[in-house]
Amino acid sequence: MTRRLLPLETIRGLAGFGGAQRADGYVFQPTTVDEAREVLALAREAGRRVVLRGSGRSYGDAAIAREAVVLDLCAMNQVVGWDPSTGILEAEAGATLGDVWRRCLPDGWWPPVVSGTMFPTLGGALAMNIHGKNAYRVGTLGEHVRSIDVLPTDGGEVVRLGPSDSLFHSVVSGAGLAGLIVGVRLQLKKVPSGDVRVRGVSCSGWKDQFDAFDRYREDADYMVSWIDCFARGHARGRGLFHAAWYAEGPSATLLEAHQTLPSKVLGVVPKSETWRFLKLLNRRGCMRLVNAAKHAAGRIFEHGREGRQSLVAFSFLLDYVPGWERAYAPGGFIQVQTFVPAAEARRVFDEQIQMQQRAGLESFLGVMKRHRVDEFALSHGVDGYSLALDFKVTRANRARVEALADGLHKSALAAGGRFYLAKDTVLDGADYRLSIGDGLERLHKARERFDPDGILTSAQAERLGLL
Amino acid sequence: MRYERSLVVGASSGIGREIACQLAAEGGLVAAVARRKERLDELSTSFPSIQTFVHDVEAADEVPALFQEITSSLGGLDLVVYAAGVMPSVGPDEFSFEKDREIFAVNVLGAMAWLDQAAVRFGHAGHGTIVGIGSVAGDRGRAGQPAYNASKAALATYLEALRNRLATQGVTVTTVKPGPVATEMTAGLPLKNPMLAEKAARKILALSGSGGERYLSWKHRLIFAVIRAIPSPIFRRMKL
Repeated sequence: MTRRLLPLETIRGLAGFGGAQRADGYVFQPTTVDEAREVLALAREAGRRVVLRGSGRSYGDAAIAREAVVLDLCAMNQVVGWDPSTGILEAEAGATLGDVWRRCLPDGWWPPVVSGTMFPTLGGALAMNIHGKNAYRVGTLGEHVRSIDVLPTDGGEVVRLGPSDSLFHSVVSGAGLAGLIVGVRLQLKKVPSGDVRVRGVSCSGWKDQFDAFDRYREDADYMVSWIDCFARGHARGRGLFHAAWYAEGPSATLLEAHQTLPSKVLGVVPKSETWRFLKLLNRRGCMRLVNAAKHAAGRIFEHGREGRQSLVAFSFLLDYVPGWERAYAPGGFIQVQTFVPAAEARRVFDEQIQMQQRAGLESFLGVMKRHRVDEFALSHGVDGYSLALDFKVTRANRARVEALADGLHKSALAAGGRFYLAKDTVLDGADYRLSIGDGLERLHKARERFDPDGILTSAQAERLGLL
Repeated sequence: MRYERSLVVGASSGIGREIACQLAAEGGLVAAVARRKERLDELSTSFPSIQTFVHDVEAADEVPALFQEITSSLGGLDLVVYAAGVMPSVGPDEFSFEKDREIFAVNVLGAMAWLDQAAVRFGHAGHGTIVGIGSVAGDRGRAGQPAYNASKAALATYLEALRNRLATQGVTVTTVKPGPVATEMTAGLPLKNPMLAEKAARKILALSGSGGERYLSWKHRLIFAVIRAIPSPIFRRMKL
């Protein structure tokens, strides 16, 4: 049987958001479920596997695969229905978090869980089951879904799954390996205004950090902390903690005009070009100073003070500087985010900060959050904390960065830690499979139902041995 | 390792074979395309990382499907080298259209069939390197080998046009112009100190990422700058 050829002009060189992993694939952007079925049929006839892709905001290789058909759902991005009386939104999988808040915030509703960027699609966000700065309080995005519509890869009928269906918790969190999520019904969160109250707490070390998280945990709607990864000795773990609360305020704050991010940095530099400036700063010596300066500024200007920020400005820190990831070009960067149970977190994070200092590869940015356990198959939820570290990758240091990442992963795993597929770039497959307990069997059950021929893949799934 | 995944067309002997071996020795995956199966089998026996595909470049219709099969099998593509070339011996008074046709089918049309595919793929993917093995013979029309000279001139011009088309798309197109190299193709010729194919391949790979037209030595660069500049009526009387 001769195989069908794929149109050569559909090939694209794709990367993960971190830019440290690349693969060429044949990209198709269906606009309807029927077109998605056609793409699946074409892939089958061409003898190719299929990788699902949304906005490509996963840091590593979750949405790329060599020579595969890339089913990009970004063009299926309609908000199908919105009911301001119940706060339930129905949308196609390619609608982004940005599309959702723009539609719903004027009516006083906000997405219950958002990542640090508004660009992820709902489909991608559910495939990775994202968390936000409120993870300790409201869990992951999947916990706020009323139902998802799943298209099996054999082109069969679309199936609607709700949280009570046995496969729901495997398709959500399933990394795009258990059928295509083509539609979502999501419960939004009612907010009193478009603002949050934000309080800063300057921390001189780990003790302050963990105390702050404990102190505000019962009360704050959001918590996040920045860690200075260059600080040594007693200052290790120093940084700036922020708690935030949904704030009362005038209804005008709900309007998009109030929510926009500033278009210039420091009032002068056009934001679209700021990454060039960042690229200049993006070296060890500079970042050491930047981190020290940030800590000093936090201690002087933010400690114990409260301010107001719009929800968008508070939530989508990563969108302040468009294209900031380009500051890490050409080698890109990898992020290592490990999730460690509360009892072990301080010891493990302190060890991790020392490991990266010993390797001379200090992360330019460290971010800590609080989490909770959830029911999803490929869950990254722990009753504890996560620490996210970014490492610049160059041709010369790649092997060292990967060795360091492996050490960080193993230190978390030994403490009962977990990992987050949206961030993973270089995790060892055996380590990951050890971390998720019976998650893989649960994923395989969902794959049998929604991907019976096993055509869904990703470079990440192949690396981690998830197929 | 400079190139993770490479395709070499015309890999069963001479420069093409050496390039395939050197890429594999560096640790790259290589797809070797050639007519002669037994030669390819030898190649893959010495280098397990060389995948072999039997194909006669005169069968240009096979190329699109084969190209896709190869890229799929390699898991991507970073470099394409077109090294297939023929130079049948031609007597001083011989005008054989059969031979001329074969020369153009292999040296030019085959190159277009393969490199058009590579150009589309690399252009859309935004990265890739194309290397065409031209010849110093393409610089002038000599009495000895009209069609061969013309074919290498055509190849160089075609590659220049590809280079200009793909310049903004992150694709490098390099034309290398070896002088006399000791290969099967030149075995019957009285060459003065020919370069060994192994050395030519090494130099070609070293130049592969540079883009533009490259001679294999600065001496050649100098000599052929002069030769290219000689007016035709004078060139006619010289034995160059």
